Amino acid sequence: MNALEIKNLTKVYKNGFEALKSIDLTVRQGDFLALLGPNGAGKSTTIGIICSLINKTSGTVNILGHDLYSSPREAKRYLGIVPQEFNFNVFEPIEEILVNQAGYYGVNRKEAYKRAELRLKQLELWDKRREMARELSGGMKRRLMIARALMHNPQILILDEPTAGVDIEIRRSMWTFLQEINRQGTTIILTTHYLEEAEHLCKNIAIIDRGEIIKNCAMTELLSELDSECLLLNLKSPLEILPTLQGYPANLLDKTTLEVEVRKHDSVNKLFQLLNDHKIEVLSMRNKSNRLEQLFLRLVHTKPNVSEPH
Amino acid sequence: MYLKDNFTAYKTIVIKEILRFSRIWVQTIIPPAITMGLYFIIFGQLIGSQLSDINNFSYMDYIVPGLIIMSIITNSYANVVSSFYGTKFHHHIEELLVSPISNFTIIAGYVSGGVARGLIVGLVVTLVSLFFTRIPIDSYIITFVIALLTAILFSLAGLINAIFANSFDDISIVPTFVLTPMTYLGGVFYSIEMLPEFWQNVSLFNPVLYMVNGFRMGMLGVSDASLTTAIIIILGFICLLGSISLWLLHTGVGIKK
Repeated sequence: MNALEIKNLTKVYKNGFEALKSIDLTVRQGDFLALLGPNGAGKSTTIGIICSLINKTSGTVNILGHDLYSSPREAKRYLGIVPQEFNFNVFEPIEEILVNQAGYYGVNRKEAYKRAELRLKQLELWDKRREMARELSGGMKRRLMIARALMHNPQILILDEPTAGVDIEIRRSMWTFLQEINRQGTTIILTTHYLEEAEHLCKNIAIIDRGEIIKNCAMTELLSELDSECLLLNLKSPLEILPTLQGYPANLLDKTTLEVEVRKHDSVNKLFQLLNDHKIEVLSMRNKSNRLEQLFLRLVHTKPNVSEPH
Repeated sequence: MYLKDNFTAYKTIVIKEILRFSRIWVQTIIPPAITMGLYFIIFGQLIGSQLSDINNFSYMDYIVPGLIIMSIITNSYANVVSSFYGTKFHHHIEELLVSPISNFTIIAGYVSGGVARGLIVGLVVTLVSLFFTRIPIDSYIITFVIALLTAILFSLAGLINAIFANSFDDISIVPTFVLTPMTYLGGVFYSIEMLPEFWQNVSLFNPVLYMVNGFRMGMLGVSDASLTTAIIIILGFICLLGSISLWLLHTGVGIKK
């Protein structure tokens, strides 16, 4: 059984904007799927419909075998949502926010307090449990939303840009946490604008653009489509003239930084051999841009989209 | 199973609502007690002492039930309209919409919160009235039933107002331009028998009149309208507003895109 099955899902807003054009999407149980797309592509509309926050125009959404519209209660209990914007009551203590959330799913208060303790400790918020949510920092609020979404132990967790505005240290710890719950069997659907995050975490990827799914495959399969990588080499000694590196288009960005394109079937060893022949010593090397980012930009239209209505 | 889960969810909303207005008791419980205390002093004692009895009750005794039910009406309404609109405004209504709670449970939870505040304020105003007069209650059951049904009715009205409201201004329009005039003209301060016949007939179209008089019947044993009519009208409005609330939540009007 699939965790999520979307068929012919269409959404036309009142102003006539067609946000989703009959999309199909299947997410297997245990998957960690990246749902990517430029602003206004239809990601938030898709997630909004799955979460029952936006009414669909047509199509079906099936969650672990339950149709979201004919059996909403059965379908909804499997879902945990971490929305893009903070949507908790900032005037409530954070422990109460979690306990209330569990209550909405039928978890009694005694059990809810136990689960709240577990989640708050896991997400390093236990010391703040009595504080009002408005007193938390941005990163803490993000973690609070993850804790809240997990209070009813959902089988599917949907994260809509969960690490937006979070510092790198917290982001890394959130990655570790999400990978761990995915390993324990929770299906995760992630939207993010940090493509290195998607590449690092996700097994599969779906790219949506202008209301259509334009790519849906394994992350490795997509990355294998990349026919070249652009490397930046940091040189030990300044170069005045760019030498010829046969088969490797190169560009001298400044006297100590060399940009080299390495095609898919060419070897980096051979490049270093050529550099060695020219007595060019390399101190360090890095990709000019994220691999997924290169593919993403190639796949999606470059023309700006019409903004999605809110 | 679903019944049990929904009951847990219902309890959660009720506890959350009661904690919400209890945390800000200085804004929710104390002001109506002060306002009604001023009514008792000015209308009941200063002006009322110059007026003749109504239905064999002093003016102070006559207005006490009206002022108590008025505080129940305004507070049950205000609690739900401000709380539910707040959940919309701050988007935490999404917590409810994504969860498997039935729409009926959501309505029941918020209405119960409104009823709780309305009855607590009603009780506080009753205690304040004891500083000015002692009324032997004619029927505790009728008094409580009318107070409860009225609180339910106006909590539902507050919920519908909140669903349609798009700004904080929208949640004050109905209380200012509809609720207050209807309450003041619903016989809180007078018996409609004191009005010319034409205005007596007009007053009978005001549903608040039946709540005020039903409650007065419970406390004093006198009323301008029959108790049965009052209960039928209140129950009729509860069914109507309850159905509208359910339909609004089902279709997502005002809360979903």
